[in-house]
Amino acid sequence: MRTETQRSVVRDNDERISNPRFETMDKGMAEARSIVDAAGLEALRGQGYALIGPTVRDEAIVYDEIATLDDLPRGVGDEQDGGHYRLTRRNDEALFGYVVGPQSWKKLLHPPVLRLWRARREGDELRVEAEPARVEKFAFIGARSCELHAIAIQDRVFLGGAYADPHYRARREDVFIVAVNCGVAGGACFCVSMDTGPKATMGFDIALTEIVAGSSFLVEIGTDAGRALLDSLPHRAASASETEEAEAILAHTAENMGRSLEAGDVRELLARNLDHPRWDDVAARCLACTNCTMVCPTCFCTSVEDASDLTGLESERSRRWDSCFTLDFSYIHGGSVRQSVKSRYRQWMTHKLSTWYDQFGSSGCVGCGRCIVWCPVGIDLTEEARAIRESDAQKGAT
Amino acid sequence: MSGQGHRTPSAPRLAVWKFASCDGCQLSLLDCEDELLAVAQALDIAYFPEATRAPIRGNYDLSLVEGSITTPHDAERIQDVRRRSRALVTIGACATSGGVQALRNFANVCEYASIVYARPDYIHTLATSTPISDHVKVDFELRGCPIDKGQLIEVISAFLAGRKPATPSHSVCLQCKLKGNVCVMVAHGTPCLGPVTHAGCGALCPSYDRGCYGCFGPMETPNAPSLSARLSSLGMDERALQRVYRTFNAQAEAFREESERHDE
Ligand code: SF4
Ligand code: SF4
Ligand code: SF4
Ligand code: SF4
Ligand code: SF4
Repeated sequence: MRTETQRSVVRDNDERISNPRFETMDKGMAEARSIVDAAGLEALRGQGYALIGPTVRDEAIVYDEIATLDDLPRGVGDEQDGGHYRLTRRNDEALFGYVVGPQSWKKLLHPPVLRLWRARREGDELRVEAEPARVEKFAFIGARSCELHAIAIQDRVFLGGAYADPHYRARREDVFIVAVNCGVAGGACFCVSMDTGPKATMGFDIALTEIVAGSSFLVEIGTDAGRALLDSLPHRAASASETEEAEAILAHTAENMGRSLEAGDVRELLARNLDHPRWDDVAARCLACTNCTMVCPTCFCTSVEDASDLTGLESERSRRWDSCFTLDFSYIHGGSVRQSVKSRYRQWMTHKLSTWYDQFGSSGCVGCGRCIVWCPVGIDLTEEARAIRESDAQKGAT
Repeated sequence: MSGQGHRTPSAPRLAVWKFASCDGCQLSLLDCEDELLAVAQALDIAYFPEATRAPIRGNYDLSLVEGSITTPHDAERIQDVRRRSRALVTIGACATSGGVQALRNFANVCEYASIVYARPDYIHTLATSTPISDHVKVDFELRGCPIDKGQLIEVISAFLAGRKPATPSHSVCLQCKLKGNVCVMVAHGTPCLGPVTHAGCGALCPSYDRGCYGCFGPMETPNAPSLSARLSSLGMDERALQRVYRTFNAQAEAFREESERHDE
């Protein structure tokens, strides 16, 4: 476990990497809210951004390039539970009437596969060419509060400390973020437990609350860039009742979380129960398939792969998402350290909920529920934590 | 390297051998149109009955072996192939696990033969179909029914460069997620063997909205009983569960054991 001093270093890092564009946030948040209509959202087009937002593909809501508002999942809801996801038809025309799907913004900021460099032999010379950083800026439409927290966590992972990741930095810098406050809670959501939602409080340029389904949005400003955008749109001041309506929607969402986790002391709970019999129980069910780590918006692990062609003239190095559930992940000379699935599941869950604090000064879980929903056998870390708590070997111990 | 057909004088000699199989994996090599010239330049293709008529002679630096052992003659021939090969790589489900013809291992071959052939006494066959590794030392096993041609090129490139091939043994799910696929099991309720199946195909079937059939065989640490519980909640009965593991890799240990658990 790290000492207090080391944790304050993490905090210093946080300040160093904080995005100056988000500094005006508190001031902006205190100001009067405004109302825009759906057409106003189209204004981001033509501002030089690659617009990424939620859209329906293969019976799920994924994040992809969107061209117009028509690409958003209008009138679509979702049903989520352990190992279960279905789209549903809402009885209104809401644009954001669902929660997070199988993908997260991680796929754009930290792509699944990324070439790092290429090398070519030309005569006696070896020419090495680093992969150029991405130039086009993203605008994220519809990021949820838990996702903003996940991005902030990955900021600490990739940009904090002595070695910043240039690819992440290039993709992350100047992302324009339109956040959406959640109007419904998903069947596996527990952001309230993790203190990461459902209302966006940080990390956005503007935030919307859909107060009349599909047509009317209460707007909050997070940055100067957000204000500039709002100024360019037709908008009017929100009435007191509209502001109250937005608050009521969020209160309702907060009260209807599909899952909950006692997060206050889960770090210590897991740390003192590394030999709890529950790890054997979950290992019997776990497929070590890696899905939970792939869909988790904070998991950042990668593996580096080299490739050479048949002629021996060209080679390249790339990195791709990896997972602590694979044998290769813990392979060192002579074999893999984490042979048992038990040790791998324990690594995942203790990293998310316990050792992440030691490493990065916060929880590694934002309560989005993806790992529960997209686990083929519906393993639920909130349930596992509860089971461990119920027979905590050293109740009250520190 | 430029020009056509100019091989380095010391090019390693490649042989492709066929045992009991459908030829699909060998054809994957012929199917590498874009890379075939480079393969032909980097290697001396000394024995490849599908592509050349060169006779068997001498030794080979790299032998690709397709097919399983199903006859007494093949059981002897594989010993000869091993003796002639510096490196021996098996390609495809037949060579690595016995293939679909290993279904005979669950039945009585004599009975089959008497139904199929007019003169079953002409048939000299073994009671089982077994992978090459049951008979000789294998240096590397490439999975798939058929193999993935990108992986085949990777194995040959790695052999030429003297490095380890990048053919990870984790689940199909990891590749499925790298591709950004929506999980067909979670989102559609379609049974999928991806979680217990060895990666390599690039999650081909789920990319086309179908469940994985397990054609690459078991992944590194398969937990088939847990997956079966899930498949049964998706509506598969005992018979269906037995059959789902009993296809291209029926003889692979984890799949065989799981199919036997669902024997009626
Ligand atoms: S651990 Fe699970 S609930 Fe927590 S952030 Fe990751 S995917 Fe979401
Ligand atoms: S839980 Fe596993 S995959 Fe995720 S960040 Fe931790 S070690 Fe990496
Ligand atoms: S917890 Fe679920 S998703 Fe994660 S590795 Fe195990 S079976 Fe796969
Ligand atoms: S579709 Fe199949 S292979 Fe893909 S993630 Fe789901 S279970 Fe795994
Ligand atoms: S998804 Fe499964 S059945 Fe389909 S090609 Fe890949 S390993 Fe074979």
